[in-house]
Amino acid sequence: MKECVVLSGKGGTGKTTIIAALAHLAAETRRLVLADADVDASNLELLLAPEEQERHDFVGGQVAEIDADLCRNCELCVTICRFGAISYRDDRITVDPLRCEGCAACFYACPSGAVEMVDRVSGQWFRSETSLGPLFHARLSPGQENSGKLVTQVKMTAKLTAAQSGADLLLVDGPPGIGCPAIAATTGAQMALLVAEPTVSGVHDLGRVLATTRHFRVPAFVCVNKADINRAKCEEIAQLCRDQDVPLLGEIPFDPMMVETLVQLRPVTSEPESPAAKAITALWRELEPRLA
Amino acid sequence: MVIAVASGKGGTGKTLVATGLADVLSEDVGAPVLLVDCDVEEPNAHLFLRPEIERTEDVHHLVPQVDADLCTLCGRCAQVCAFNAIAVVPTKVLVFAEMCHACGSCARQCPEGAITEVPLTLGRLEFGHAGSIGFAHGLLEVGQALATPVIRELKRKAQPEPGSVVTTIYDAPPGNACSVVETLQDCDYALLVTEPTPFGLHDLRLAVELARDALGLPVGVVINRDGLGDAGVEDYCAEASVPVLARIPFDRRIAHAYSEGQLWTQALPEYRPLLRSVADAALRAREVRQ
Amino acid sequence: MKVVVTAQGKDLDSPTSPIFGRCPVFAIVDSDTMAIETFDNASAAAGGGAGIQAAQWVVDQGAEAVLSLNVGPNAFAVLVQAGVAVYRIEGGTVREVVQALNEGRLEALSRPNVASHSGMSRRGGF
Repeated sequence: MKECVVLSGKGGTGKTTIIAALAHLAAETRRLVLADADVDASNLELLLAPEEQERHDFVGGQVAEIDADLCRNCELCVTICRFGAISYRDDRITVDPLRCEGCAACFYACPSGAVEMVDRVSGQWFRSETSLGPLFHARLSPGQENSGKLVTQVKMTAKLTAAQSGADLLLVDGPPGIGCPAIAATTGAQMALLVAEPTVSGVHDLGRVLATTRHFRVPAFVCVNKADINRAKCEEIAQLCRDQDVPLLGEIPFDPMMVETLVQLRPVTSEPESPAAKAITALWRELEPRLA
Repeated sequence: MVIAVASGKGGTGKTLVATGLADVLSEDVGAPVLLVDCDVEEPNAHLFLRPEIERTEDVHHLVPQVDADLCTLCGRCAQVCAFNAIAVVPTKVLVFAEMCHACGSCARQCPEGAITEVPLTLGRLEFGHAGSIGFAHGLLEVGQALATPVIRELKRKAQPEPGSVVTTIYDAPPGNACSVVETLQDCDYALLVTEPTPFGLHDLRLAVELARDALGLPVGVVINRDGLGDAGVEDYCAEASVPVLARIPFDRRIAHAYSEGQLWTQALPEYRPLLRSVADAALRAREVRQ
Repeated sequence: MKVVVTAQGKDLDSPTSPIFGRCPVFAIVDSDTMAIETFDNASAAAGGGAGIQAAQWVVDQGAEAVLSLNVGPNAFAVLVQAGVAVYRIEGGTVREVVQALNEGRLEALSRPNVASHSGMSRRGGF
């Protein structure tokens, strides 16, 4: 079983629409498992019309609570909290759950035993069935933390299912950026497909994602979306790929059919004659032998 | 006045709106502006504003260092670490600094006083000016996972002169998780940029839940690439009483100026009034709130 | 010798688990008598550092060897520093892998075999 994560560094490069189209093509010959690791903004499910099979609460660490009966307002916790999560107002000690990191420093330090650490349900994760294969996805409650942990949860469960069910390919829709969620989505994958766009920020961000995949020793491949928006930047991406010895596998033109099919919630490859579908099919032909 | 430009989904045009707004406020309104790029994982605003960087500083946080001479291997530090950054084996204490949240609990709880805290570099802050626009951004070190402490430090250090009336614009990271909360906290207004697609709508809902419902900020929406896609976002905004402040039409010239790293409000000045109206609406919303 | 096997169930004929830090069950087996004791892995639900926490648990049990497949560098460091040997297994039941160990058929790992940070997660991630 091969695990391929699709990353973009910058958001909005068309990563999810491209994955949906690749999955559509891949499902013709392979047994697929899909994981949406972009838990802040999980969009893959919107395109795949999943039928929910399982739903689980996600406990994203703990949060401090103060027992007002035991608290003697000594404010030691206010002083030691490094995250500014505890304050004294309206004659009582209050914890701001959005700032609390669950470190429990206050719990251990409180001389009155007035701090309790309680589980924090910060989202849910799902196992769903789609016409292309099982989809693992999650919803982080807005403002909640621990998205890297939730990414790990989604990916590990998907991986286990893929291994146990004898699937050939695990496709992971990665989150934007290069921080914790992106790292959690990337590590353990056999390859990373990076979707770049030919803009000055697209080139900049591609450089940072490439540094990240190199850091974690995951072989990277690049494709450019909306390639005809700026030919010169496209060439810059090609040069960056040559310099770093990273294969550039394909270019997808800007195609209004991408948005048109997205609005109708179907993959662009369902319009096989559209320029974008043709380009993604060519990309899949390049990608496929590398997944053998 | 601090305006945060945010969006659930990445790539909707946050940086486009934030940099355009900074340009228009500074030049057309003559207001002192400070632009702070809080997307420390992938900062982009500098590519358009091309600021001159005048000062840099590293962001550290404190991780434990164990004095083997004082340590009795009692295991208390590993026990109190909520992040499993410490393990105690029969001969020594192992510290995994990249897991550490710098809460200081281990040092405080060590009965022998064997733990001191030493700085670990998480990223870098850069400060400068782009013409009359004050500029600051943070850069998370590649391989480091902790964006929030870098944002926290960036916000603390990127302050206007005390007593001056400055409009600060935060270019927020994408998503709805910790780093966005860190950015939005204590802001006066959240400007949510979206696109008229099912993805844009889905992520806008989450952004409204976070900014308006969880953090209690006044919010307004800018629809980018208007004309592509469908009416879902407009319908939702009407239903949820979220004001749509502006619609930036899908215009290949904007996409091209952006791709070249040009400030679009300079390349296409006909869009300046549109951003002026966004700024006015944000300022008004704040007055109403006060 | 006291060995820890990462397992999916609670008896000698349970399949092994390829995962170390977040495996469902730790089986502690006496490789001489084949006596088995099983524990739910409390680290499976840990935020970050499940591997480190699991390794700490193994060390605290006084085990001399771990039989698993995917051991990350942090967990590996803890085990090695504590003098716990790590043996590579692929599939099989708990009984089969312990027998393989007794017959000298398992490969001892001299370095971690999954990339760093594989399962890390913190506040917003790690």
